Amino acid sequence: MVTAQTQEAHELCISVKNLSVFYGDNQALFDISMDIPEKEVTALIGPSGCGKSTFLRCFNRMNDLIPSARVEGEILLKGNQILGNSVDVVTLRKRVGMVFQRSNPFPKSIFENVAYGPKIHGLRDRNKIEEIVEDSLKKADLWNEVKDRLHTSGIGLSGGQQQRLCIARALAVEPQILLMDEPASALDPRSTSKIEELIGVLKENYTIVIVTHNMQQAARVSQKTAFFYEGYLIEYGETEQVFQNPNEKQTEDYVTGRFG
Amino acid sequence: MSFAKTLETEKPIRRVIQTVAEKLIESLCFLCAAVSVLTTFGVVAILCYEVAGFFTKVSFSEFFLSTEWTPLFYHKSFGIWPLVCGTLLISFIAMCVALPLGLLVAVYLSEFAHPKTRKVVKPILEILAGIPTIVYGYFALLFVTPVLQSIIPTLEGFNALAPGMVMGIMILPMVASLSEDALYVVPRSLREGSYAMGATKLQVVFSVVFPAAIGGITASCILALSRAVGETMIVAIAAGQQPALHFNPLKAIEAMTAYIVQVSLGDTPHGTIEYQTIFAVGAVLFVMTLVLNMVSLRIRERYQRMFG
Repeated sequence: MVTAQTQEAHELCISVKNLSVFYGDNQALFDISMDIPEKEVTALIGPSGCGKSTFLRCFNRMNDLIPSARVEGEILLKGNQILGNSVDVVTLRKRVGMVFQRSNPFPKSIFENVAYGPKIHGLRDRNKIEEIVEDSLKKADLWNEVKDRLHTSGIGLSGGQQQRLCIARALAVEPQILLMDEPASALDPRSTSKIEELIGVLKENYTIVIVTHNMQQAARVSQKTAFFYEGYLIEYGETEQVFQNPNEKQTEDYVTGRFG
Repeated sequence: MSFAKTLETEKPIRRVIQTVAEKLIESLCFLCAAVSVLTTFGVVAILCYEVAGFFTKVSFSEFFLSTEWTPLFYHKSFGIWPLVCGTLLISFIAMCVALPLGLLVAVYLSEFAHPKTRKVVKPILEILAGIPTIVYGYFALLFVTPVLQSIIPTLEGFNALAPGMVMGIMILPMVASLSEDALYVVPRSLREGSYAMGATKLQVVFSVVFPAAIGGITASCILALSRAVGETMIVAIAAGQQPALHFNPLKAIEAMTAYIVQVSLGDTPHGTIEYQTIFAVGAVLFVMTLVLNMVSLRIRERYQRMFG
């Protein structure tokens, strides 16, 4: 169970120590250690297949769904171990929300999409649910666009709206951390900038870890950037430093567009 | 330029043969397709012709308003409802068996079973669909009815319950297999979205996957119902031949298909009113299954667009 919040871990949100991930006999991540600060945006960049999504999916244990996946090492969330069989994955995922690359609203109404999380976690009070739905949609900057059609299907929204609906859905269970797996890669530039603006606002209250292919996006939205390559964490530091003055040659080649 | 020229002049005879062969195969395929379409039209045409003949002798109001079906007796009456009632009653019992069991099997296979189990069980289910229906018919008459009689003493030798239940077993693979397909194609992203919200496996299955697949599931159920309505051998053998307007599953009843079998087995002469009743009943049956199939198709199409 993850509950207590210790004083020294206040600034630090997630602490990864010697993390390795295997898919069957293939090792996808090699001995990753890094600390993710609270209420900032941390971007994970790197070429396709470098392991950044796999890394992201360790934080809410989504890799559990893949039978052949095996995770070694430790991840501390505010000082609490989240790997291992004794951890309550349901509670963990309540605290660590996720937004996916392709928006995946459920084939339900907009209202029911957002109410889904609170409902499965046992909330029955109709007034409270309505309050949460409105609040979450406002936080995701979608309320004004959908408030008159809350009971129409979420599938009928545009791509950008769908993605913001998914963000609202994730926020409805009041997570502390928001994982975003290339949240804007399937969106047009206008919707993308809207999502980016939203990330900037959300970081006031949430710790955000975002995987992105788009380096300008990483530079725009994040405070910290981690560069992955072939399963290794090559470089991790302040975004400005990583992009303008990288320590590693590989990072420099990647961020300047020489490969990847 | 010269390259294009060589292409055109190269082996003209071979090209001619190729073109002819292709045209030949094309028209052969067209012919095959045409045969099946024409057969359908032929069937419908004959049905219409005979039904028209039937309704010159029997009025619409008699057919749709009378509650007795006694065309083979001296006092003839041509009310279709007892036969429709028989078909509906037995189909209803069949659906009561096939729906819950079939859906449970589908959910189990798609969501809970190990991939290896799924690989073994699904083909076996489909074998169940391949058993000749006459076998099911005698199974209902000679096994299920006696067993049920030992539990319910008032059950008649011919009844609606036993064939209904056996028919349910018969259409179960259809419900299970088609519903399983519908569940299986629900995008992985929806399941992940639900898991990421902290849903348990049961919550994922019943609050997201099942509702997302409801279109395909409904379509499969309607298709199975259509199959039940049109099913012949089981009801002809085990349900009896007494057209009666009642909804008591313990008593004998006659389904539409069973009536058609009964008359066509006898020595009813061509062109008589008894002979024409077959087509009248057949037409009603045809309309019922056609409507069910069309509804099923429409539902399927509508929901397929949802994930397009």
